Amino acid sequence: MRDTLHLCDDDLVLHYYGDMPSADEARAESHLAACGACQASYTRLQRVMAFVDSAPAADAPDGFERTAWARLEPALHRGDRGWLSWFVLSPARLAFAAGVLALVGASFMAGRLVPRRPAADAIQAKTAAQVKEGVLLVDLGEHLDRSQRMLIELASAPPDNDGAGPVDMSLEQSRAEQLVAANRLYRQTAASTGDAAIASLLDDLERVLVDIAASPKTMTPEELDSVRRRIESKELLFKVRVMAAQVRARQRQAIAVRSSQSTVGS
Amino acid sequence: MPLTDTAAVALARDGDSDAFRGLVERHSRAIYRLAHRMTGSPQDAEDVVQETFLKAYRQLGRFESRANFGTWLHRIAVNCSIDLIRSRKHQEMGHDAADLEVLDGNTDQRVDPSPERLMLSSEVQEKVTRAMEELTPMERAAFVLRHFEGQSIEDISRALGLKANAAKHSIFRAVRKMRLALEPFVES
Repeated sequence: MRDTLHLCDDDLVLHYYGDMPSADEARAESHLAACGACQASYTRLQRVMAFVDSAPAADAPDGFERTAWARLEPALHRGDRGWLSWFVLSPARLAFAAGVLALVGASFMAGRLVPRRPAADAIQAKTAAQVKEGVLLVDLGEHLDRSQRMLIELASAPPDNDGAGPVDMSLEQSRAEQLVAANRLYRQTAASTGDAAIASLLDDLERVLVDIAASPKTMTPEELDSVRRRIESKELLFKVRVMAAQVRARQRQAIAVRSSQSTVGS
Repeated sequence: MPLTDTAAVALARDGDSDAFRGLVERHSRAIYRLAHRMTGSPQDAEDVVQETFLKAYRQLGRFESRANFGTWLHRIAVNCSIDLIRSRKHQEMGHDAADLEVLDGNTDQRVDPSPERLMLSSEVQEKVTRAMEELTPMERAAFVLRHFEGQSIEDISRALGLKANAAKHSIFRAVRKMRLALEPFVES
């Protein structure tokens, strides 16, 4: 950069942030002092940056601290129990482990007995993906069923607790805490695999579950009614039921595909 | 009287979950703001908050009591945001010419002739938010780290897994897009 040449936009950015090498910096300073056009461009940049600085950052929704803790707490306790107990507690994860072990065993034997071919590798990879998808579908189906049961119980409880005053929510709370942790994993998986419909439903479900998990140990009948209204207003129960049915259909389809492949392969 | 961060960390290290809850309640909002700036999505910001506190909880033993807990947490949150952005790096779309044209085309519709209304911070926030939405995830992260977090280009390139030149060009592109989107409002 010569001081007779104008400063380009990128030079101005480097100058604004103080990222120019010191020799260039001195030349930029002297050029800006002498060149009206560059000075005007730099002033525009400074104004835009000041405008950006004046915008407040997006704030979290009301009660965020409470819901953040409700999401976090089950995960902390899961860490306390240790990975083995967490793993053993879930039958679906055991099924997954069994599937993976079977696959590894089969791959090992196949590798020993027959020469490796690219086509065989591809089939093996495809089968592994199918096994994984099948197990995840079973896991997600169970999660949706558990969530559905909980929503039904909440929605169908007597509307005013028979006028008996505060409602004990400790059981629902602890169930919701467990469901929140699992739900988050499924939602993230769905989002990362581009399954927008599942991700969106799980997002709606998570918000209700977090509300329940973060609620006081006892709720007034009015508070319970408000949770119910939230479930009803989003038609959550209906959507969960539909999604659970779709997941089961996908499970059946996956099983049928695997069966037909094994018939062809044998 | 509420516990200081240092006292709460000491109790949380000994397994006092109420003390850790206090730290979450005190810092989660600030972490959300940072994460939202970095990721541009409320849902991603919530996930970053969760990951940040989870990591902090697991690493409490490594936290030095003389350090500032908020600063330490902030650093973890930046890393969690970057991890999330990097995991989606493959989704990054092409930029420059095409993006700038789209942005340019949209700018006219956004001009608000009333300077009084622009004085409202929510209005400014909305315009800046829209401008930042036009950035790719990498451009956004590079810009936030340079502009709001004051990190050097070397640190940014290391954090984002880019070459220094690529990091610098991400910042250039981000600033170019911000200028295109916001100059009409600034000059009016």
